[in-house]
Amino acid sequence: MSRADFRLGIDVGGTNTDAVLLDDDLSVRTKCKSPTTADVVSGIISAISLALDTAGLDPARVGHVMVSTTLATNALLQRRNLLRVAQLRIGAPATTALRLLCDWPEDLRASTVGAALIAPGGFETDGTEIGVFDDDLIRRFAEDAAATCDAFAVTGVFSPHFPDQELRAREIIREVAGEIPISLSHEIGSLGLVDRESAAALNAALAGVAAELVRSVEAALRASGVACDTYVVQNDGTLMSGDVATRYPVLSIGSGPASSIVGAQHLAGIDEAIVVDVGGTSTDIGVLVGGRPRSSVAGASVGGVRANFRMPDVISIGLGGGSVIHGRGAGTRVGPHSVGAALKDRAVVFGGDTLTMTDAAVWARRMRLGHAAGLASHQRELRWAMAEATRLLRTAVGRFHIAGEQTSVAVVVGGASELFDEKDFDLELLRPEHFESANAVGAAVARVSREVDLVTHASGPERERAVADAHRAAIDYALAAGADPRETSVIAVEETPLAYAADGAVRLRVRAAGPIARASSR
Amino acid sequence: MAVMQLTEADLTALAFGCGLLGAGGGGETRTATLMARESVRTRGPVEVVRHTDLAEDDLVLPCGLLGAPTVSAEKILSGDEAAGLVATTEERLGRRVTALMCLEVAGSNGLIPLVWAQRLGLKVVDADGIGRAFPMLTQVAMSVTDQKVAPVVITDERGITVTLEGAVTSVWAERLCRTVATVFGGRAAVSLFPMHAGDLPTASILGSISHALDLGRAVLGARDRDGAVRRIPGAEVVLAGMVRDVQRTTANGFVRGHALIQGVDDDTGRLVRVEFRNENLVALEDGAVVAATPTIISVLDSVEMSAIATEDLVFGQMVTVVTLAAAPFWYTEAGLEAAGPHAFGYRLGPEAHS
Repeated sequence: MSRADFRLGIDVGGTNTDAVLLDDDLSVRTKCKSPTTADVVSGIISAISLALDTAGLDPARVGHVMVSTTLATNALLQRRNLLRVAQLRIGAPATTALRLLCDWPEDLRASTVGAALIAPGGFETDGTEIGVFDDDLIRRFAEDAAATCDAFAVTGVFSPHFPDQELRAREIIREVAGEIPISLSHEIGSLGLVDRESAAALNAALAGVAAELVRSVEAALRASGVACDTYVVQNDGTLMSGDVATRYPVLSIGSGPASSIVGAQHLAGIDEAIVVDVGGTSTDIGVLVGGRPRSSVAGASVGGVRANFRMPDVISIGLGGGSVIHGRGAGTRVGPHSVGAALKDRAVVFGGDTLTMTDAAVWARRMRLGHAAGLASHQRELRWAMAEATRLLRTAVGRFHIAGEQTSVAVVVGGASELFDEKDFDLELLRPEHFESANAVGAAVARVSREVDLVTHASGPERERAVADAHRAAIDYALAAGADPRETSVIAVEETPLAYAADGAVRLRVRAAGPIARASSR
Repeated sequence: MAVMQLTEADLTALAFGCGLLGAGGGGETRTATLMARESVRTRGPVEVVRHTDLAEDDLVLPCGLLGAPTVSAEKILSGDEAAGLVATTEERLGRRVTALMCLEVAGSNGLIPLVWAQRLGLKVVDADGIGRAFPMLTQVAMSVTDQKVAPVVITDERGITVTLEGAVTSVWAERLCRTVATVFGGRAAVSLFPMHAGDLPTASILGSISHALDLGRAVLGARDRDGAVRRIPGAEVVLAGMVRDVQRTTANGFVRGHALIQGVDDDTGRLVRVEFRNENLVALEDGAVVAATPTIISVLDSVEMSAIATEDLVFGQMVTVVTLAAAPFWYTEAGLEAAGPHAFGYRLGPEAHS
């Protein structure tokens, strides 16, 4: 009987679906690209079968499948496949000065919000109710909304400290509406009502996209004869299970950039670096600190919506290998439009009629592709575009560099990574083997993590015991999800004092992570 | 009649200006700006009048929020808080309120009274009590010039009102308002020093809203960071750098602490310490005072050029520290006594006031 000692990393991007097969030593055995399809699933099936065929591997040898994707971000940007959400806020008589999701772009709000209510309730900092929670009112709202909406989002004032009313609202909605996605703000965002409400609403609106992705991957695996669990990369670059990803889509909204940073770490074998991922349409610049992607200190802004869940700290510039160079002479501009997957038909070096950044890179002798002959008449534009790309990159890298990161190395990955070379940085440049598949590799080697979230009222030695118990619970939970017991540890502890609580209660969130156990050690 | 009409586009500029004048305090402007925008979208532009557009004996009511900004970012206002302030004041004084005035045109307190006025159909006067933010109710021009404090009205989103009358002074108003705010859940709406429009030239800072707007427009109209600072009338850059350390404790309704900012680019090698109590009070470098209250010390996000509140300062932020002269009122003997370094327990030489 064969051992399930391979792992399959899949990155579903806007243009391409990448698949890589890694062996038990985490070496890349095959890598391949296939266009992302409108139905998602057939693109994944072709990428998987291409990978298995190339490696000549029995599908039963695949023990784990890990996925990263930008589908959620794209769905938001394009206003596609979003669920209609019933928005419930619990906080009256406070909070009525602001409509629900009042800072959302109007078109997104209109296509997302199906029903809205500001109900009495919410809490003061000491746990006193602001208004009187009304079961019947919420039941009536749920009954009406269930007819027109596909998901619910619930946000209570100070719910991160006192989640009881949000939990009660979920019970009531369940009774009325049955198995429908319900997002509770305290599970997703931190203090700051407007941004947390946005986080909960995004989570609810994206439930369909997330469920479809997980369903597609599972269907593709069945079709390919692969039988194992699916993990999804989350915003901090660690893995969660497919069912968690379905319930908390916002947790994987930054999985694309996060997995490329993790992939860069693995491929370059370096823990401190600036990571530059050059794609077809944009270039993402992030930071590796202690072997992990650094999170943003501020909130996230996705698709024009500001929300307060953690995201990888990434600066995106609208410039990649397919970016179009337009105008002539002094009027030359580059991007943000990209020819995307049509590069091989439209770039001048491939006989096309569109001047792109790939043409500029060939002209600058950074890439060796197609025929440079057609570039001679565009020298001035190409020179300008290359200088502009370098300027944009240096500005973005500089922002990380002055932010106190002591690294002297840049790892450059992504399909168009050769657009940049050492001269563009004041840093040592690494372009590791398999750079073009860093996303999928990052997904495959990412660590699995689990979180424990509880409120403790204990003090003194009892508090210490409660903290130690939470650490153990988080580690047990990560082990149950497949983490290697020898290398699993607590990676983050967040203690939030419930500011004005008389007994000094603390909300404790402990996250443990470890690499997925290898077949040889199981 | 010279009336200023504030549109939705003006609110962003006003918020920038209020942030700058907040000197780190006055409350975060994000939710307040959203409230003002909602209000303008439903009710049209905000009418701001000059004090000369009012009759001498028109009643003007200074008002604002008091308490923890973190509470206001979570427990959004109902928007109707001022109804209780105005009704109670009118009942006690037996006459109608004509216009609201911001206690401070700084942070959220430069925006919320505009929303309140719209809801009540009242005017807003282009003046305020400070021309920047200060932590205490004793540090407003009305207090320094000995205006009558009572009736002091304190209210919340539930519509509970507490009225302070009789021998109440600004010192007692400060103590009692802060206590009531804590009981209300960390924040309260307050009004005090109801006054005649004719007293505004001596007992308020005139033109505050226009000033905040000018500052905000200057920043928003700039192309880059250096341009933005150059365009802020009277602003000087202390340094551009990164926040290396923030120490902060919250006690008795105040946020106290300091931030260390390490210079970058042209300022590499410099280290500036900004000390705050709700507002930034003193900036120090190599043990010497670079700037001190009442001069406005603001820490701006180096990219957005928006002011960062003291409670939002975190390690790693790229910031630009700027100073700006406060209203001349605060450099008078009485002004310095109420809100100069000495009032905050600093023993600095006289040169620190310049």
